Amino acid sequence: MARVGAGGSTNGDEWRELFARSHVRDLDPSTISGVPLQPVYGPDDGEFPGLFPYTRGPYASMYRSKLWTMRMFAGFGTAEDTNARFREILRAGGDGLSTAFDLPTLMGRDSDDPRSAGEVGKAGVAVDSLADFEDLFAGIDLAAVTTSMTINSPAPVALALYVAAAERRGIARAALGGTLQNDILKEYQAQKEFVFPPRPSVRLVADVIRFCAAEMPRWYPVSVSGYHIREAGSTAAQELAFTLANGFAYVEAVTAAGLTVDEFAPRLSFFFNAHIDFFEEIAKYRAARRIWARWLRDRYGATHPRSLQLRFHTQTAGVSLTAQQPELNIARVAIQALAAALGGTQSLHTDAFDEALALPTEKAARLALRTQQVVAYETGAPTVADPLGGSHYVEWLTDEMERQAEAIFAKLDDWGRGSILEGVLAGIESNWFQSEIAEAAYTFQRELAAGRRVQVGVNRFTEREPGGDAVALLAIGAEVEQAQCKRLAELRRHRSPGAVEDGLIAVREAAADPTANVMPAIIDAVRAYATIGEVMGAMAEVFGRYVERAAL
Amino acid sequence: MTGLDPRGGLGPGVGHRVLVAKVGLDGHDRGVKVVGRILRDAGFEVIYTGLQQTPEMVVAAARDEDVELIGLSLHSGAHMTLVPRILDRLRSQALDIPVVIGGIIPVADGAALQELGVAAVLTPGASTDEIIAAVTRAIEDHAHIN
Repeated sequence: MARVGAGGSTNGDEWRELFARSHVRDLDPSTISGVPLQPVYGPDDGEFPGLFPYTRGPYASMYRSKLWTMRMFAGFGTAEDTNARFREILRAGGDGLSTAFDLPTLMGRDSDDPRSAGEVGKAGVAVDSLADFEDLFAGIDLAAVTTSMTINSPAPVALALYVAAAERRGIARAALGGTLQNDILKEYQAQKEFVFPPRPSVRLVADVIRFCAAEMPRWYPVSVSGYHIREAGSTAAQELAFTLANGFAYVEAVTAAGLTVDEFAPRLSFFFNAHIDFFEEIAKYRAARRIWARWLRDRYGATHPRSLQLRFHTQTAGVSLTAQQPELNIARVAIQALAAALGGTQSLHTDAFDEALALPTEKAARLALRTQQVVAYETGAPTVADPLGGSHYVEWLTDEMERQAEAIFAKLDDWGRGSILEGVLAGIESNWFQSEIAEAAYTFQRELAAGRRVQVGVNRFTEREPGGDAVALLAIGAEVEQAQCKRLAELRRHRSPGAVEDGLIAVREAAADPTANVMPAIIDAVRAYATIGEVMGAMAEVFGRYVERAAL
Repeated sequence: MTGLDPRGGLGPGVGHRVLVAKVGLDGHDRGVKVVGRILRDAGFEVIYTGLQQTPEMVVAAARDEDVELIGLSLHSGAHMTLVPRILDRLRSQALDIPVVIGGIIPVADGAALQELGVAAVLTPGASTDEIIAAVTRAIEDHAHIN
């Protein structure tokens, strides 16, 4: 893409100017053998990191300024259990927290709800009220760390709890940095953790974005996530296209609510999978940045560079991990982490090798963190931006990813008669996304069965495995559920019922008024120790609950 | 093992009716959908409950649909609570239907659940043939006992 500016300056000149203005950590990097290295390589009239369309990276200096954030996802048991794991992560050199909530929390139900039985504290941390949030983040400087919270339907409640917990400790909401996943559309498509129907749920996403744009300038209010779409079985191009389409849908929803795109797009972020096909993943990340930049500028009229720069978190592919010969997963994760780094990720979670068997043990989680530290500090991968840019294969595959994604956008745009949001909602309603994903998952399974795809240790190079679990597993006992229910019963006894009731009435009223924002009412309600289940229940009275049509 | 017939014509499942179910709050439905499609292509008549079923709903569906086997998919770690509830409810309703479970089930838990009456446990990496064989065997063994 040759381009010469008005003053006769090239892309290279423009990049050099941007780079010179960047703060750079390492002034004199070289290969391990001492060969000095430039920050990026390529023809002067070619694409550069930090320049539109950002295929090669969102920032001119990339990892020379700042390595990716090593953000390890953790959560299990009680708030105290997870708080201890958080402190261990920070001690071991992790630099961001990422909270996994248990299923009752993700489904907006309290620990003592009959439908929560057996699920409390299992796949994440059990939290019900502000008291639990205070314990979860005890002793952690919330003004210094950034915290990611992986939660979707109850995302507004989780954000309200975080704000309330921080403000109790004298930290203003404006000082808080972090990310809320808050991406409901992919829940209907893939992960299936929804509570309300799609339309009111999209409104809640927009409420959070508007609230953060006004009051929490350091917060990323949405992490538009392809990770779960891919884990559910999609191809790389489907992950790319569905995710970006969901991003466009949120842009349309928030601009319809009255904000200009440059008022909130700089705080949108993304979350992609790092699967095992190394080059395809790198091409996917590169295509994602290019598509986002073009669409935001050309279709949605964004002008601020930060609106155009797609930033993303990566997690290695849980679904690629095997229960057979589980130590092999360490090798898989290392390769996936390298793909994320070469693809220019802003943060990374590396999976633990025992995750096909159970939740990770502390030792396995530490090994996963150390794996990405090897990639970051030993391999030289971060030294040169987009080191695979210019490879005939990677450039071709980047274009191919973009082509496949554009074909999907055209279909959605058509269904939505010029609105991607309406097209996405139509695709959810007609079960299109769900069946596309299920079909791709089944195709992969058939290819495995036919031996056309190989998983080492699964359908080739198998070993006789020992009968018991060969690795130590993390087990969450029933005592967590009992303890959490007891704690919740005490909370219900000691709080002011009148204050809770007033809070919930205000939440219902805000939910029923489409011009209102639910966030202030939810913050007030959780300060009065209304529980997550109660706040979600109040909104369900207005919005109803969603049931998916069952289809294989 | 009879060969797979993708049109569902001649597979080992022909003439058999099974229920596949997601129990609890867990939405991870890749496994249940893949297994459901594998069984369907092997000739089974497959009924899928959809998400977020309680143990009571699963047992009622198995009874109403008059199935020969229940397949449960669990990925959330709630198997030690939810599976025994289903087994108990089947017994209390005098429903004699074998149960096969699949998902992230640690070996020790799988063994304990088999002690309680689960016919087979399928874990990650189970092949298409292993899935069909486990389901077919559970149905045949059950018919043999009765």
